[in-house]
Amino acid sequence: MALILIVLLPLLAALLCWIPAFRRAAWVLTMGAAWIVFALSLVVWRGVLENGHFVGLPRWIETDGLGALILTIVSLVTALASIFAGGYMRRTLHEPERLWWYYCNTNLFSFALLVVPAVADPNLTWVGVELITLFAILLVGFERSRTALEAAWKYAVLTMMGAPISLFGFFTLFWAYHSVSGGAPETWQAVQAAAPKMDPNLLKISFLLIFVGFGSKTGFAPVHTWLPDAHSQAPSPVCAILSGVKTTVPLYVILRVLSVILASPMARIGSWMVVLGLISVAIAAFLLLQVRDYKRMFAYSTVEHMGIILTAAGLASGAGDFGAVSQMMNHAVTKSFCFLVAGTVLLVLSTREIGSVRGLLRVSPFAGSALLLCSLAIAGAPPFPIFLSEFSIISAGIRGGQYTAVAILATLIVVAFVAIFRHVNRMAFGEPIMPIEPKALPTSCWVAVLGAAIPVLVLGLYIPAPVNSLLQLAARQLGGH
Amino acid sequence: MTSATAEALNTLCAGLILIAAFAMVATRQVQGVVRFFIVQSLLLTASCFLIAYGRSSPHLWALGVLTVAAKVVAIPWVLRKLLPGEYYERREISQVVNIPASLLVALLLTIAAEFVSGPLVSTVTDPVIRVNLPIGLAGVLIGAWALIARREAIPQLIGILAMENGAFFAGIAIASELPLIAELGVAGGVILIVIVVGLLTRHIGERIGTTEAARLNELKEESMSWR
Repeated sequence: MALILIVLLPLLAALLCWIPAFRRAAWVLTMGAAWIVFALSLVVWRGVLENGHFVGLPRWIETDGLGALILTIVSLVTALASIFAGGYMRRTLHEPERLWWYYCNTNLFSFALLVVPAVADPNLTWVGVELITLFAILLVGFERSRTALEAAWKYAVLTMMGAPISLFGFFTLFWAYHSVSGGAPETWQAVQAAAPKMDPNLLKISFLLIFVGFGSKTGFAPVHTWLPDAHSQAPSPVCAILSGVKTTVPLYVILRVLSVILASPMARIGSWMVVLGLISVAIAAFLLLQVRDYKRMFAYSTVEHMGIILTAAGLASGAGDFGAVSQMMNHAVTKSFCFLVAGTVLLVLSTREIGSVRGLLRVSPFAGSALLLCSLAIAGAPPFPIFLSEFSIISAGIRGGQYTAVAILATLIVVAFVAIFRHVNRMAFGEPIMPIEPKALPTSCWVAVLGAAIPVLVLGLYIPAPVNSLLQLAARQLGGH
Repeated sequence: MTSATAEALNTLCAGLILIAAFAMVATRQVQGVVRFFIVQSLLLTASCFLIAYGRSSPHLWALGVLTVAAKVVAIPWVLRKLLPGEYYERREISQVVNIPASLLVALLLTIAAEFVSGPLVSTVTDPVIRVNLPIGLAGVLIGAWALIARREAIPQLIGILAMENGAFFAGIAIASELPLIAELGVAGGVILIVIVVGLLTRHIGERIGTTEAARLNELKEESMSWR
């Protein structure tokens, strides 16, 4: 029941936001729905820890450890972003009569994000990922400036191009499954169980097509170009969702299919994943060095982290899987925090250019210290959660004997770290050069930033037992056990 | 009609679908591209009905009806409603490469599709799959090429839909037992694509005064001098 409600509540909220009588309460409705969904995802979490899976509607709406993990981080990030949106949108939107449409659209967006980990049928997963892409388009172009519309268009073309390719991949997966299943319905669990019997050629082709199709939505290089454009133009609460979880969800589907491939005997695909992951990390690390816009900077860091997760999953050992799933969680909580902070800085200073920000700590101690904190966390400094998961990925690689890959990965992580810090140092310290008076922050914004900081601060020092068991379960399911 | 005749007619449809894909690459006028897309969708439906007849699958009959409703009726209607008529009158004088070269690329993509699907269909005895899989893959690739080579917004959108047609053409052969709810989701998704991208095109047209996507080029990474 909880799982069905998780899917239905955002839809209901979207519908209510659309009805004229409720439009004034759109923000409250969105927040309410988002936080109830978060509470329900904790119920699913508990159920998954007890039984290994959670059933809403047998055959259609089911999830397991990996799905529950994604559900929780999606609902947490959308809930925090919904608080932030209140003050941010009121301040930045020039046409207040369009505000209800923003909330309507974000609810549809969170609906699509929640559908993907909640459905059991792989083909419906494809539909969910398509809906995510679609509902994000109008949000990216929401400000309707020339550049925002351009970013939305580039995002639309690049990510929609992947849709038919991945659809072809899902058809092939169905074909491979259907020819050995004897008519049993296709669910992720059934596919994984049947994997050893399926035609390895078909599996390979279907994975390839799904990887190419969803790779552009995840933001792997060289099809990552939409990411910095969209993130510099979209409203900041949307960026938090886009970067924190919108990229993670297609990656979750890719990893699901990867786990099917690894369950079949011809599993020699891991080293390819490592290579492709490292290419993304490398391109992102070097672009980070020369970026000029701090929202673009965090966007490139997302490309970097997606590459790291792919590399970790490709290292093909149990420990690598654990690193991959915890990196997914840590990236989601940290990156959404980063974009909420970026939105705060934007509200205070009204500029996105790194070059025109200096001495932020003196201008606005709150925004400045939050920026320092989130940059340390996202770059992977101890004692933040990203450091822990990157460390576990690297040590898993060393234990697996993949020295070259680990050496390259570690070097690139250091390059990215230095790059982020070169920019953030400039922004945070020194004498202020900003002529403009800093503007006061809306209450909802600092509440959301403080809320988003909690998991970032806590998870690096102490991983609560339920979180750890869910991560272990998700890693096992990812490894095909 | 025997099932052998149905198979022969299906092969004819496959050939015509490929020709329609080439025609979409070769047409300059926006309206013409939309018309060829409708023709291709009709051919896709015909193939769907033929396979439904050959395999006597009620499921595919339903899918055929769904395809007509979504791609032949709903999508052109939504496009007409959303976008002013003047957008359809436009002609693309310059594409990224000229049209003969573009057709040559499409031809190469078709050959590539044949090669890629070779190992997959070599063990299959079903003649329908042997026809639909390579042609469907060719449809996806040519659609992707049209998307890259085109500069106007509507032909780019049609490129995405043509790719979808290609994937579906293979899908009706290899995944004909897909649950109907998934098919409904896919068809609904396609209509949503048209609504959302159509809306975006309209905003772009109103705000920037052109629907030439190639002119959207303000956002790029500038290189920064080292300080």
